[in-house]
Amino acid sequence: MGFPDRIERTVEVARPPARVWAALTTAEGLGTWFGQQATIDLRPGGAGTLSWEEHHTDFRVERIEEPHVFGFTWRIYGLPDDDPRRTYVEFTLEAAGAGTRLTVVETGFAQLGPEQHESSFGGNVKGWAAELDELVAHLAA
Amino acid sequence: MQPDQETVAEQVFTALADPTRRSLLADLAAHGPATATDLATRLPISRQAVGKHLALLADVGLVAAEPGERRRVRYRLRSAPMRTAQQFLAALSRDWDGRLDALTAHLEEEP
Repeated sequence: MGFPDRIERTVEVARPPARVWAALTTAEGLGTWFGQQATIDLRPGGAGTLSWEEHHTDFRVERIEEPHVFGFTWRIYGLPDDDPRRTYVEFTLEAAGAGTRLTVVETGFAQLGPEQHESSFGGNVKGWAAELDELVAHLAA
Repeated sequence: MQPDQETVAEQVFTALADPTRRSLLADLAAHGPATATDLATRLPISRQAVGKHLALLADVGLVAAEPGERRRVRYRLRSAPMRTAQQFLAALSRDWDGRLDALTAHLEEEP
């Protein structure tokens, strides 16, 4: 089957790196092609959001080397909110003639989750039943 | 890449490929832990077939039997293997092709 840990794509864009950089790292740019709206605090550790009509996702800025490298982490779609696993997305911009060669690499899909270090029963009975039990106990205390 | 992850994902997708097992998992997801008898009562599946499929689902870790007297054993969903399979689906559904098309179109439609 093959479990993909890494996704990589390269495209040529007929605009210089500074233009591509703005599209990747500003709320105006991200809100045009990535989400319908976006926010970004452009510094390492800074928070960002991408919003669409039906949902939104958070990301965290990790790496900034203007105008060559922009990296962020975000959650793996479909995993619960409390799951600590995140994938890392890195854009690399290289001048190519009058345009830009843009590469995106996303890694981390195959990382181990915390539940795989727990016993087959102990950590896995968590879920709604266990959380509801905790709620009941909390309310009864 | 952990080889056991590959195995887990394969087991999850094999388990989900069967409509009877999907209906058992869907029932446990919707109603919470249940005995084989509960499931055979609620679903159009024989008690014997329920038992056979629950054993297979337990073998691959998708359900766990709670401790209890044999006829009253309740089965509950385990989410860990699903999360591993979800990582595989997530990688397939990221759609960087579509996003990069949108980025290129955005940049090149402006002078």
